[in-house]
Amino acid sequence: MLSIKNLAVKLEEEDKQILKGVDLEIEAGKVHAIMGPNGSGKSTLSYVLSGKDGYEVTGGEATLEGEDVLEMEPEERAAAGLFLAFQYPVEIPGVGNMTFLRTAVNAQRKARGEEEMSAAEFLKVVRARAKELKIDADMLKRPVNVGFSGGEKKRNEILQMAMLEPKMCILDETDSGLDVDAMKLVAEGVNALRSEGRGFLVITHYQRLLDHIKPDVVHIMADGRIVKTGGPELALEVENNGYAGILSEVA
Amino acid sequence: MAEAALKQSATEARLAGLDMPQGGWSEAARRDALARVTAMGLPERRDEYWKYTRPDTLVQADPVPAALFDHSDEAPLFDGIDRLNIVFVDGVFDAEASDDLTLAGVSIERLAEASADIHWARDLYGVLEANGQKPVERPLAALNTAFAPDGVLIHVTGKAAKPVNLTYRHQSETSDAMLHHVIRVDAGAEITVLENGPAAARFNKVMEVDIADTGTFHHVRAQGRDHERRAATHIFARLGAESIFKSFTLTANGVLTRNECVLELTGDDAVAHVAGACVGDGDFHHDDTVFITHDAVNCESRQVFKKVLRNGATGVFQGKILVQPGAQKTDGYQISQSLLLDEDSQFLAKPELEIYADDVACSHGSTSGAIDEEALFYLRSRGVPEGPATDLLTLAFLAEAVEEIEDEALRDEINARLSGWLERHRS
Repeated sequence: MLSIKNLAVKLEEEDKQILKGVDLEIEAGKVHAIMGPNGSGKSTLSYVLSGKDGYEVTGGEATLEGEDVLEMEPEERAAAGLFLAFQYPVEIPGVGNMTFLRTAVNAQRKARGEEEMSAAEFLKVVRARAKELKIDADMLKRPVNVGFSGGEKKRNEILQMAMLEPKMCILDETDSGLDVDAMKLVAEGVNALRSEGRGFLVITHYQRLLDHIKPDVVHIMADGRIVKTGGPELALEVENNGYAGILSEVA
Repeated sequence: MAEAALKQSATEARLAGLDMPQGGWSEAARRDALARVTAMGLPERRDEYWKYTRPDTLVQADPVPAALFDHSDEAPLFDGIDRLNIVFVDGVFDAEASDDLTLAGVSIERLAEASADIHWARDLYGVLEANGQKPVERPLAALNTAFAPDGVLIHVTGKAAKPVNLTYRHQSETSDAMLHHVIRVDAGAEITVLENGPAAARFNKVMEVDIADTGTFHHVRAQGRDHERRAATHIFARLGAESIFKSFTLTANGVLTRNECVLELTGDDAVAHVAGACVGDGDFHHDDTVFITHDAVNCESRQVFKKVLRNGATGVFQGKILVQPGAQKTDGYQISQSLLLDEDSQFLAKPELEIYADDVACSHGSTSGAIDEEALFYLRSRGVPEGPATDLLTLAFLAEAVEEIEDEALRDEINARLSGWLERHRS
């Protein structure tokens, strides 16, 4: 599904190498987790994959079902099936959440040559999905993320994911700023979307999210590289020994 | 030649080419206005009030020719609104294109035809304009009072059965039009006045509005999209107790537009909202100049102006709230903001508050900014291409001004027009 080979990335504005050769293969139907200390390059990886400005790819490649995503505009990556749940979802005053969702869904459909969703059909689907995530009608009417609590913002990310039905979902520190109940709700939303044809990359600092979203594979990232890969037990090792233990072992 | 002499000769040159309509109830007001404009002289670039907008082309004897604009496949604005339509072509009334001037709750006459010696409009024609000459002079408005050959006189006695739409068509590249409208809203009466169209190569328009206690006046205007047209417009309104005045203007294109709005809140608990959204691309200069005087207790005034500028377009805002002694509990709000889509465009703002009462709440703010890159990326990451995403954010920026329009159908018309404009003017 998502194949990353020897990906090297530096900041555009300064001479700072962030990713120093990342290799990752995420298969359809699998959940991979990346854990790592602050500054290891986890979020940069998610931004580079989704096409954010400010980064320069200096080597390697990233393909989604064989297509070079790094060559695509952000909207083309989205239409190709890539989705990033933001660590810090952006507030957009003046744009209603519903308008935003419908514009996004139909823009992707249009880009893929599919028929646009009618207003009635969209409304029906969005209401059902929102209900599962305990997102009330008021949150749908309000401007995108404006005045939302931390938990509401993250649930709104998952609602977007549910509506856009991407092939490859990247969750960037989706657990940050959430209390246990909110995290459970978000995790349930994600688990409901797990399917044969869909891959997940869950970026997190802590093991606790992985209690709720059970990963198939866990990677440890440090200093711009994947330094260790294992099963779910690797996350527990981080929880028990911290990153220091694992990193010294690798070094 | 000394400056004053230059100004005088420029004024004389302009006046020489104009004929004052003779006779009838308005003649005295016209003569007074001529005396005013002669004494003041027409504006010139060194005048403080015209610091950001060059008045030359508005003042010179002949207008700069303006090419006609092809509106292609777009339906004229407000065509979908049930209204009474009054059409002026290059400033000349078009009886054929206009509806019959009969409407329940309202009496409508043309200025050119209201020749009786006694007329209700005599108490207002040039009177509100003359009041509005202090503390700042507005000579183009006095010029209009003296020479405008036509306009409409609308007396609102009840709830108007539907909006009155003044449509201004532009058919001659060298037309120089002047219109003067007078609107009187009786106690408890209510009307919506719509205006749209480019009007002429050069257009000078005055609208005087007198709203009696508890009267309501809604105004939605769209200035036509002819790129080369020039316009100087003035609204002078006087608000009685518990009256409501709400005016919104959309300006898309136009090489030069100066819209002045002079409001006086003379009765307690009056509400005045004036808002504008403008979008300019390239050779575009748009000036909103607002002066609101609070002269009564517990009144509310609100100014919301938003400008989207690109490719060297210029936006100007001069807005003042004057709170007179005794105008306690005044609630005054003023915001002017520009969205600069490139580094060549500019926004010049001069917000002012002058307060002589001690128990008031007044606020003003002015900002200039670019498109929010974070928001743009967020939208694109969800699959919305850059063009439509930018449009969505631009409409969101303009929304606070557009939402000042209370009527949903009118708001939709304006939003549709804005969307269309943005789509055609993408980079």
